Formats: sequence, C-alpha cells, structure tokens
Amino acid sequence: MLDYPTLKIIWWLLVGILLVGFAVMDGHDMGVGTLLPFVGRNDVERRVVINTVGPHWDGNQVWFITGGGAIFAAWPLVYATAFSGFYWAMLAVLWALFFRPVGFDYRSKIDNPLWRSTWDWGLFVGGAVPPLIFGVAFGNLLLGVPFGFDDRLVSTYTGTFWQLLNPFALLAGVVSSAMITFHGAVYLAHRTEAEIQARALTAARIAALVLLAAFTLAGVWVARGIDGYVITSVVDPAAYANPVAKTVVRQAGAWLTNYHAVPWTLVVPGLAYAGTLLALLALARGRTGLAFVASSLMIAGVIGTAGVSMFPFVMPSSSMPNASLTVWDSVSSQRTLGIMLVAAVIFVPLILAYTAWAYKVMAGKVTAAFVEKHEHTAY
Amino acid sequence: MISDQLVDLSRLQFAVTALYHFLFVPLTLGMVWILVVMESVYVMTGKMIYKDMTRFWGKLFGINFALGVTTGITMEFQFGTNWAYYSHYVGDIFGAPLAIEGLMAFFLESTFIGLFFFGWDRLSRPKHLMVTLLMAVGTNLSALWILIANGWMQNPVGSEFNYVTMRMELSNFWAVLFNPDAQAKFVHTVSAGYVTASVFVLSISSWYLLRGRDLEFAKRSFRIASAFGVASVLSVIVLGDESGYTVGEAQQTKLAAMEAMWETEPAPAPFNLVAAPNEAAQKNDWAIRIPWVMGLIGTRSTTQVIPGIREIKDKNRARILSGMTAVTALESLRRNPADAEAKSQFEAHKEDLGFGLLLKKYVTRMEDVTPAILQQAVDSTVPRVAPMFWGFRFMVGLGVLLLALFASAFVATLRGQCENKRWLLQWALYMLPAPWLACELGWFVAEYGRQPWTIYGVLPTHLSVSTLTPASLYGSLAGFVGFYTVLLVVEMYLMVKFARLGPGSLGTGRYLNEPAAAH
Repeated sequence: MLDYPTLKIIWWLLVGILLVGFAVMDGHDMGVGTLLPFVGRNDVERRVVINTVGPHWDGNQVWFITGGGAIFAAWPLVYATAFSGFYWAMLAVLWALFFRPVGFDYRSKIDNPLWRSTWDWGLFVGGAVPPLIFGVAFGNLLLGVPFGFDDRLVSTYTGTFWQLLNPFALLAGVVSSAMITFHGAVYLAHRTEAEIQARALTAARIAALVLLAAFTLAGVWVARGIDGYVITSVVDPAAYANPVAKTVVRQAGAWLTNYHAVPWTLVVPGLAYAGTLLALLALARGRTGLAFVASSLMIAGVIGTAGVSMFPFVMPSSSMPNASLTVWDSVSSQRTLGIMLVAAVIFVPLILAYTAWAYKVMAGKVTAAFVEKHEHTAY
Repeated sequence: MISDQLVDLSRLQFAVTALYHFLFVPLTLGMVWILVVMESVYVMTGKMIYKDMTRFWGKLFGINFALGVTTGITMEFQFGTNWAYYSHYVGDIFGAPLAIEGLMAFFLESTFIGLFFFGWDRLSRPKHLMVTLLMAVGTNLSALWILIANGWMQNPVGSEFNYVTMRMELSNFWAVLFNPDAQAKFVHTVSAGYVTASVFVLSISSWYLLRGRDLEFAKRSFRIASAFGVASVLSVIVLGDESGYTVGEAQQTKLAAMEAMWETEPAPAPFNLVAAPNEAAQKNDWAIRIPWVMGLIGTRSTTQVIPGIREIKDKNRARILSGMTAVTALESLRRNPADAEAKSQFEAHKEDLGFGLLLKKYVTRMEDVTPAILQQAVDSTVPRVAPMFWGFRFMVGLGVLLLALFASAFVATLRGQCENKRWLLQWALYMLPAPWLACELGWFVAEYGRQPWTIYGVLPTHLSVSTLTPASLYGSLAGFVGFYTVLLVVEMYLMVKFARLGPGSLGTGRYLNEPAAAH
C-alpha cells in the first residue's frame, strides 16, 4: 500500500482530473445548452443543436455526480464545509440542473412552440448557470471563505450569500462561463454544418476573446491584489487529518509561491493560453476535432492554474485561517484513499473506453435531414 | 445547542426529496430487465413486434428515467448541504460506496441509455441488445452500491472511531461490502422494483386489452409482465422477509417496533396479526395473536429468542450510562490529547460513544443529565410503534395482493385467456398505484425505523445536521416542493399521454392512433 502522504497528493491530482473531466465532458454539453437559444434560430435548427449532445449528455453528467462522490469520499470535510457553507449557491446549481434531464427528454415530445421554447430556455439555464456559479465559487476559494470549526469539528459558515458575489469572484465566474461557452462552441462547430456551424464559430471567437481577457485580468489580480495563505507551522504529511492542528497566515503574493518554487509549473497557466490559441487556429483551418482537443487542454490549464496556485490549500478560511482545509488535513483515512484509488484506476480507463465507443457510434454531423427523418426517436 | 426545528425541517426535506426520488427508481430498476427480455426475444425471433415493444415501453421508461436522474442529483447534494456533520463524521466510510457507484454503475447506465435510444439505426441487433443489457446491469449495480451505503447506516460494520480526526474511519472494507443488511436490502429493493415495473406493464397492457386495441402488442406485453411479475413478487416476499432482521441490533429494534413486541416472549414468539399499540403504557391494548409464527419467520428456529421493546430499552439505558463516560472522556481528550486517564476511560467506553451522544439533544454537558432526561433519551431509542406497525402491515398486505394478481395473470396468460377475463384486466388496472405505495411504505419502515439515529448506535440524527438557519430550510423546502410539483405534473401528463397513444406513438404505421403530431 502507498504511504499516506503520497496518497494525499495522488488524490489531489485525481480530484483535479475528475474536475477537468467534468468540465471537458459535461462542460461541452453545458456550453451547447448555453448557446442553444442563440445559434438555433428555428425549431429544426434547435433540434440539430440538441441532438449533437442528445445521446451523450446523460453519461457526461455522471462526471459531475462522480466528482461530487469522489470529493465526499476523499475529502469529506471539504464536501461537508463547502456544500453547507455555499448552501444557496449549491441549491441554485442543483435547481438549474433540474432543467437538463427533463429539458432534453421532454422538449421534443410535444409539438407546441411555447412548450418547446420553454424547455429551450430551461436548457439554457441548465447549461449557463452551473459553470457561472462554479467559477464564482472558485473565485471565493482563492479569496478565502469565512468559516470555522468548533471543538466537535462542526463547521459553520459565518458569511452571507451576497458576499460571495464580490468583484473578483464574479470575474472568476466570467472566466468559467467563457471557458465552457468556448468549449461548447468548438464542439458544435465539430458536429454541425452550414449556418449553425458558422454561428458556432462566431460564438467561439467571441468567447475566446472574453476568456483570454478575463483569465489574464484574474491572473494580474491574484498576483497584485489578493493575499494568499501560508502554513506557518511544521506540517507532518503522514499525520491523521485534523484541520485545526496547524497555524496559517494570510500573505501578499502567497498564491505565486508555488510558481517561484517550481518554475516548470508555469506550464499550467501557459496551457490555458496555448490551448485557446491552438483551438482558434485549428478552427480557422477547419480542423474542428483538433480544436476540441485543444480546448480540452485549455480547460485543464485554467482549472490547473487555480489548483497549483492554491496548493496545498483546498478551501482556505478567511475568518479562522488555522481552520483552512488543505490537502494534508481534510482528507479521508489512508485505507479509504487506497481503496478509492484502486477503484479509480480500474474504472476510469473503462469509462473513457466505452464513452469513446459511444461517441464513435454516434459520430458524424447532425443535420436538419437527420432530425426530420428521426422525428419520433431523436430529441 | 442545535434547534429541534432545524433538525425536524432537515429531516422533512430529506424525507420529501427521498420519497419523491423513490417514485422513479423502482420502475427504472425493473423496466430495464423487461426491456432486456423483450429485446432478447426480438433478436432471437426477428419478430418486429418485439422491437416495437422494446421501443414503446422504452419510451415510457425514458420519461420516468429523466425524473429519476433529476431527483437523484438532489440526494447526492443533500448530504453535503444539509447533513454536513454527518458527511464529516462518516464520509470516510459512507462516501466510498457513493463514489464507486458513480464510477462502476452510474457511468455505465447513463452512457448506454443514450445508445439505447439513439443507437437503433447505428448498431447491429446483437450490439444493441448488449447496450440494453449493459444499461440494465449498470442500473442494478447502482442500486447495489447505494444499498451498501444505506446498509451501513443500519448496521455500521467494519469501522471505528478516531478521536484525533473526530470521525468514524474504515477498518474493514470487505465487512462493509458484504454487510448482511446490505445484501438483504439489495435483493428486497431490486425485487420490489421488478414488481413495480411488472405492474406498470401489466396494468397498461390490460387497459389496451379492455379497450380491445393493439391486441397482439398488449397480449405479448401482458405475458412478459405476468411471468416476470410472479417471479419478482415471490422474490420480494420470500427473500425480503424478516429473516435479515435478527442480524444487527438496529434491526432488532426495528423488528420489535414494527411487530409491536413490548415484552420478550419465550421462543418461538407469537405473531401480532393486528393490535392496538399503546405507546404510553408500553403495551398493546388488544391483539390478535398467532402462536409460534413470529419466532419461526423472525429467527427460522424454535429456540432463538427475539428481544422485546422493554428489554431493548433496558440494554440501551446501560449503554447510555456508559456512553456518558465516553463523551466526557472524549471532551477531555480533545482539550488535552496527552491526558492518559481520559484516554483509557475513552478506550473502555468508546463502543457506547454514540449512545452518550444521544444526550446532546437535551444537554451540552454530561454533568447536567437528570434522571428525567436519561429516561427521555432511553425512550427515544425505539421509534414510535404505531406508524411502524401499520406501515409494515400495509406494505405486506399490498405485497400479498400483488402476489394474488400476478398468480392469476400468469395462469390466465398460460391458458391464453387473458383478453377475455375482464375482471382480471380491471383488477390489474386498478392495482397500478399499489407497488408505488408499497415501495414508499418500505422506505418509511426502514428509515423511520432507524430513528433516532442516522448511523445506528453511532451518530444520532440530531447531531448530523448542517449549521443552517430554519429560514434557509423553509426556503429550500419551498423550492423543492415547488419544483417537484411542477415536474410531477409534467411527467404525469407525458406519461398518460403516451400510454394513451400506445405503440402508435412510434410512428411505424402498424398500430392504432398513428398520429401526425405526436412523437
């Protein structure tokens, strides 16, 4: 069995991989949902857009559910503290997600314009709201969240809902929304043709510009205007997970420490830029498949940047810094991490294999002729 | 102190959302296998009508599945949003089956359900059947992992408390995996799902037969449903009986409450067929009793004794007293981890820590416990008897009625006479709500019957909640009720619409009601 410190690091990477997997897979169909009312101008066009993800959205959504389950199993304190602390934000995500399964499955079952346009906007909400809120949540993680523990380790969030909507967090929300919209537009360009594809390409260019500007601005803001967090006591990575046994201080520029200490980690933010530019270039050349790979790398770069900046912190506390949740002290036991690692090593490759097969079976452009022919079976 | 109002609202929200989710799950669990059967017949015989059956019942399955997915996400969110202390305290054990459920089962089910609906023209017949089969396997594996998690709440094996991390930690994964409670629950729950799906197909087919429409389609559907149903209902009754209830302490308490057994009777104990439980006097005002039966079905022996409520409470009183010492020692240890005396006291009493924590509902410090408070805590360790007693009896009654229905339907279909027996068809139609009612009652008996614990003997429900205000709970509860009401109306509208349209909704040109406008 691997030693405890190694397992703690592996699970930090694995949670990162699952979040990137979620953003790449569920992200592209959320991006498609966000763009649905704008790139589809009539019912047939909208059905084309919906059917690009029709066979896949459900499998993709499991990245989200499994990501949540993995955080529960590997970082129970993070799961407990974040979900209860961000109560209304989490409920907003949940309620927005309600629109997706029913929107996809019920929309085209009844031939009524009002019914259909209602579900179209429902799919828009289900696609646009979760990435925005997750972005805002990440912004708040970078700032630190007001929470603390009592002597039984009961966590209490001491802030308000409205203070989560501060300027920096909203900027992070813009980064996240632009990232997902861009990714969805690239996917649409790959799976559609003619006018819809042209609109998707326009959307991709706009989203890419917003993404590059917002990501850069957020980076400058983190470097110049936001205090990071530093552990000042000696950390024993092999110790039992006890989040109140350390001391932490806020320090200007602390979120850049890792890049100074290990310069090659600059590759991660670099990947965000390189992925975006490569995707734009590939789109311009009509290489839409390559563009999707590139925009997936961009997502890994953006999410990875937040992760590397904060490491080893996962959820710093602004009101009780010593209670900050870190990779070392908010994790499950060594045994659970080991068992979960075995499960992940077995099943993640299997999932990737059959997901790839499902996409291969359904490959090709979705066209107006296709949705008209499959009036009774397609969405 | 945690307010009772917050705890009650959190429980109410969980109950509302779980019972609602459980309206859609059982049908999904069973329909997947009925679809596998229908499609297998299609692949083996090449008869188009079986493909149409797979696709039509698959369409209704899809309408149901969408809400199952929608409401399932709520369940995963809710442990974190509303039961944060629970999530911290047992996440080390409880989180793992949920995560593995995602990795092993839910991905499989959800990826292949897309191909089930969209892959008809793109896959060969055997490949499409394989897709349907993998979807069914995924769905049922999903139930397995959820019930492993739930089984651990009822009978928390393979784990121990760590006072440094202030939580339960996994000590034996295989014990959690092969927990006898989880195994019994899995078989019982999926079988109940198979019954639900069988009734669904049987009832709607009966409606077509009563109207004399789509006869060939309806007769074949009726036959498959009655065969699958008779096997499933036998499985629910035979494998899901109370034999599992003598295993753990939680289940003994539940058994005593749902059978209204106040006293420990000499083995083999008599069975209270009906009774009037009197909570205040801790006895039944009257009862119709059948000698021996309880002992035989409860223990499968004539010698093993089943403990009654009074005996269970006496044992629990001793455990609460011991648990008080554990709580006090733990609090000293948290203040000073080097306190050797506190440590040895804690080690001696830690098995009863959960029972000591029951008192935290009433007092902050163990010194403040009075005899009256102790008595309140002791009384709280057994759930209220009347709801358990009657909930269980209604569920069993419905099960017996369903057995009679399926037995009659099976005989009729074997004789090839189902379409002529109007009484049978009408009976089948009116039984449509019965399996849902039975499933919800089953959930109630299992989960209400575990109170006052979230994890039996380990973590009281009262301590499990998130630190939220009652106002937040009122708001979220109102939101859930609002969303769920609208969703239910929409779902029922579509379900009824497509059930009425029948196989004609496929647009194949082979059935009644070939519509121009419906899809």
